[in-house]
Amino acid sequence: MLKRVLSSRLAVLVLLAAIIAVVPVLAPSSFYLRVAALVWIFALAALGLTILTGYAGQVSLGHAGFLGIGAYAVAVGPAKLGLDPLLSLLLGAVLCGLVAYAVGRPILRLKGYYLAIATLGFGLIVALVLTSESAVTGGPDGMQVPRMVLFGWRVSGVSTWYWITGGALLVGALLALNIQASPSGRALRALHDSEVAAAGVGVDVAKKKLAAFVLSAVFAGVAGSLLALMNGFITPDAAGFMHSIELVAMVIIGGLGSVVGAVVGAAFLVVLPQALTVLQEYEQAVLGLLIMVFMILLPAGIVPSLRRLLLERAA
Amino acid sequence: MTILQVEDLGITFGGLRAVDGVSFQVSLGEVFSIIGPNGAGKTTLFNLVTGIYRAGRGRIVLAGEDVTRVAPHLLVRRGMARTFQNLQIFFRMTALENVMVGNHLAERTSFLADLLSLPSVARQNVRTRARAMELLERVGLAHHADTTAGDLPYGVLKRLEIARALAADPKVLLLDEPAAGCNAVETEAIDRLIGQIARDGVAVVLIEHDMKLVMKISDRVLVLAHGRRLAEGPPRQVRSDPAVIAAYLGEHGAREADRAHG
Ligand SMILES: Nc1ncnc2c1ncn2[C@@H]1O[C@H](COP(=O)(O)OP(=O)(O)OP(=O)(O)O)[C@@H](O)[C@H]1O
Ligand SMILES: [Mg+2]
Repeated sequence: MLKRVLSSRLAVLVLLAAIIAVVPVLAPSSFYLRVAALVWIFALAALGLTILTGYAGQVSLGHAGFLGIGAYAVAVGPAKLGLDPLLSLLLGAVLCGLVAYAVGRPILRLKGYYLAIATLGFGLIVALVLTSESAVTGGPDGMQVPRMVLFGWRVSGVSTWYWITGGALLVGALLALNIQASPSGRALRALHDSEVAAAGVGVDVAKKKLAAFVLSAVFAGVAGSLLALMNGFITPDAAGFMHSIELVAMVIIGGLGSVVGAVVGAAFLVVLPQALTVLQEYEQAVLGLLIMVFMILLPAGIVPSLRRLLLERAA
Repeated sequence: MTILQVEDLGITFGGLRAVDGVSFQVSLGEVFSIIGPNGAGKTTLFNLVTGIYRAGRGRIVLAGEDVTRVAPHLLVRRGMARTFQNLQIFFRMTALENVMVGNHLAERTSFLADLLSLPSVARQNVRTRARAMELLERVGLAHHADTTAGDLPYGVLKRLEIARALAADPKVLLLDEPAAGCNAVETEAIDRLIGQIARDGVAVVLIEHDMKLVMKISDRVLVLAHGRRLAEGPPRQVRSDPAVIAAYLGEHGAREADRAHG
């Protein structure tokens, strides 16, 4: 019974919606809302990796590259090409999908460490292009992102972006949950454990991996667009290696393959650095230590470990 | 009716002729067993037939079509499914989900439909689940349906693999040592299951070390040694074949038998 509730799609969505609704009530200032909005944005990107790495077991150390493409789409589109910001966001998502398709086809044949390094290379290339094409991107100094205008309404303000990013996260979570319980999701989870056996029952392993890669890139791209639009400013740092690593860390700390886990992992890595700034020069060291402690105590990730604990209690 | 025909199949690994010019045919409804000492090339033969290894020579004909170069995931479409000697289970999924994946080919939804959870996906899930449940019942594992496969014992997983392969609705079913590591009760269950599958008209190709089981349920037996055919025929005939006896008397005997044969 409890197991069924814990794994139902609706329960997960209601839980997330409740958290998103409650945070503004508890937040003492708009600073906290901004941090929460950042959590929703990174959680959305992490959900992409939940599908790619959590379900299908394929590593990417270059997903910040897609974050960067999405971010610059809403900066370059309106500023240089005169496109509508919302249209730019959609085009950015499409571009991420196309780039993922082109890049994924050759590199998804690689496995394990080799795939990790190939995706790492992809992320580095995106960051490099964003840094060096200064005529278009403003180079290392970054560029201003024009405010989004929706039907004559100028979208700004922390609380507005809070609700937009929260809504985007809910949509992302719904899509990730949909996939999980579908024929495609079962195929992805199957090839995670045994590609030979999955192919043996007719799963087109290469095609399914590519679909997961493209989808995860679109998630990261939309997250990048939201990040740029909310901040009103973007630098090539968005596509940086550190962000790629953080995304992977989020899904692993939160719990590989768990939708709630991706959100918890994002909260862990976005909120903790903010909370730890009081420690000043020790901030990084303590953060690193906390990551190690959590991984040692909860090797399956926060959410799956807690879930197991809860089920054992109930049983 | 002949459903699978293997002609002069061969592969070498760095000079080792793991399978060396093997031919055989299997008919619908028949249990065809492949036996032979460890390292004889039985599993390699399966890997060739299922397209995991690319044959260095020879031909594979399935239901009248040459499938020698067909990719593994496309062979299922033409009616071939298998189990694995070293379990290839989806350990993170439940037993039921493992079998549901076996039904993948019959599932008529697209990635986009799955993403949006269109009504067709829910209907497909209901069909797939019902079929998987039926198969779990058939192999006697219905009570394990919601258990994560990683938590199930070895003997149970062997049967789970059979259920998963059956979910693909094969005309030819290749079983690589289904009774290995199973106790007497489990072996008995597998014995009955194989008999049923064959009676349903499926061609069963069985690799097995349990001689009692092989002699009991096989229509014909192929004996391999050093990648080559040592003997083939009904169980009785094979059992009394001097070359076969020699092969089973150990390495020395096998070499003698090879000389006698070639
Ligand atoms: N991928 C491979 N690369 C190199 N050698 C291989 C490979 N696969 C099989 N072999 C070799 O081919 C020979 C036949 O192996 P195979 O696994 O087919 O034997 P088998 O008859 O299934 O034995 P067993 O009864 O122990 O399962 C062995 O010598 C094995 O080491
Ligand atoms: Mg073998």
